[in-house]
Amino acid sequence: MILGNRQIKVDGLEMAYGSFVVMRNLDFTVEGGKVTVIMGGSGCGKSTLLRHMIGLLEPSKGSIKFGDFDFTAADESTRDSMKQSFGVLYQGGALWSSMTLEENVALPLQTYTQLSSSEIREIVEFKLSLVGLSGFSQFFPGAISGGMRKRAALARAIALDPKYLFFDEPSAGLDPVSSQRLDDLILQLRDTLGATIVVVSHELASIFSIADHAVYLDAETRTMTDQGRPSDLLEKSPHPGVREFLSRGKTNG
Amino acid sequence: MQAEAQKASLEVSPLNNDGNVSIKVCGDWILDTKLPDRKELWNQLPSEATATLDFDFSSLGKWDTGLVVFLLGCIEESVRRGVQINQKQFPDGVRKLIDLSQAVPEKQTGRTEEPTSFLQTLGHNTREVLEGVNTFLAFTGEVTMGFARIFGKNKVFRPIDFITILYQCSAAALPIVGLISLLSGLTMAFVGAVQLQKFGAEIFVADLVGLAMVREMGALMAAIVMTGRTGASFAAQLGNMRVSEEIDALETMGIRPIDFLVVPRLIALILVMPLLCMYANVVGIIGGYLVGVLMLDMSTHQYITQTFKAMSLNDLFSGEIKSIFFGMVVAASGCFYGIHCGQSSAAVGRAVTRSVVTGITFIIVVDAVFAVIFHILGI
Repeated sequence: MILGNRQIKVDGLEMAYGSFVVMRNLDFTVEGGKVTVIMGGSGCGKSTLLRHMIGLLEPSKGSIKFGDFDFTAADESTRDSMKQSFGVLYQGGALWSSMTLEENVALPLQTYTQLSSSEIREIVEFKLSLVGLSGFSQFFPGAISGGMRKRAALARAIALDPKYLFFDEPSAGLDPVSSQRLDDLILQLRDTLGATIVVVSHELASIFSIADHAVYLDAETRTMTDQGRPSDLLEKSPHPGVREFLSRGKTNG
Repeated sequence: MQAEAQKASLEVSPLNNDGNVSIKVCGDWILDTKLPDRKELWNQLPSEATATLDFDFSSLGKWDTGLVVFLLGCIEESVRRGVQINQKQFPDGVRKLIDLSQAVPEKQTGRTEEPTSFLQTLGHNTREVLEGVNTFLAFTGEVTMGFARIFGKNKVFRPIDFITILYQCSAAALPIVGLISLLSGLTMAFVGAVQLQKFGAEIFVADLVGLAMVREMGALMAAIVMTGRTGASFAAQLGNMRVSEEIDALETMGIRPIDFLVVPRLIALILVMPLLCMYANVVGIIGGYLVGVLMLDMSTHQYITQTFKAMSLNDLFSGEIKSIFFGMVVAASGCFYGIHCGQSSAAVGRAVTRSVVTGITFIIVVDAVFAVIFHILGI
């Protein structure tokens, strides 16, 4: 593949639904092999930004580059092959409900590799064991709990050893312990796969524990106001809104 | 027992020298009792010279949201009219609720509902229809490409899924298709028999039922049942997959939802519909036979011979060929609305309704087109 470096560069991005502009002037870089969190209040456009980054929505202006590769300008078939290096964990897991966990994880492998079915089964078992779900391969998504579903979806997302991993609110709807486990998993994946990880979140505990870098989207001004390490942002951000967000609204001005 | 509620009322005092008007709020201000009209209050004000409104709450009984909304309305109107309202006398709870409601200013989302003229609505709807046609053409193109890709290198075709779909729209559909066809055969024979008996031509009931089933009703009945059964289930299933982001998950994995979800369903229905049509023909003719034998005292041999005499191979083919196209229509309308479903459960409901309505409409249209074609070809 053309991907030497694993950086993601968002350049002058503007996102709009029809004539309604959600966010404009987004400029930031997601460093390769690091965890970057996109944070902000509810409804500020975090998930919309994620959907733009993975190619589900088209930006009205600007570009997104993966390494040296302009994703927004690429044609469909190039983009399809690019997408094989993505792994996405959706809010609700989005496991294919008519397939067992094994089939869910196996589908990307069957589609993109020439492996034999016994090899695929071994890989699937391995991926499921990475997320702590060995023994559940014959379960259907409807028969397991929400936290397990998310972990199974994560196993599917890492099936092809992706270079880029995207998480849409990984801790949403999980109890503190499961959410902590998922955070640990994210960090382990960063260290073992060397994947570039983008997480959309508004869970402070999770932001502080996993983020190497954070980008704050502001709903009022409809753009990003600040970026940096969350702990630095909490102390030194010139924007009161960012400090307020990171301290649960306890500091004022 | 609770005391009878006091009727809510307002007493407006005359204007004093400072331009103050005092308004006494009396009684219980409870939502589902009749509260005084806000407009009347403004009409009761002594003159244009009113500068400040003082509310007196000393006679206020019980109150709830009714009072708060009334006062909020007064505050809004007072700003428009340039009148001051002295909010200091408001009861504590009321003031806190009003402050809370005004703490976050209304956001200018640019999405306020503006009244639209007839022409605007017409233009908007026309554009929507054209966009719909455009989306459908794009869908047709993608499906055609999807068909081609089945034979290509990067195919995404899971035999197990295909077999499941095939089962759902064939074997599982037999009882309902059978029942409907049997009943339509029976009805046709019965109605026909009553008329034909007048001429002593009961034997032609076999012709009537046989020809009608094979040329029209078999294919049509099977297709309409399948629209309501399978087309709707395709729309609901794909729509739900859209809502739970399963289709997004396919897309971001670089797996085309059209290839993975639509093409197998389309192939399944194209394969199954002619068989279902044949089955409906046979069951419908059995319905006619029952009427013929039980009501018209025809013999089995007589009825069957008469039926075969009436039909030609062309008649059979005309029904079968149509049913292939009906299969396409049913699968395409179900999948189209399912794939393009919105992101809510209400959208799934709309998708199912539209798929069934469109499916049945197009079945009738296709049927009419074929009637013309067969007429020209002399089949």
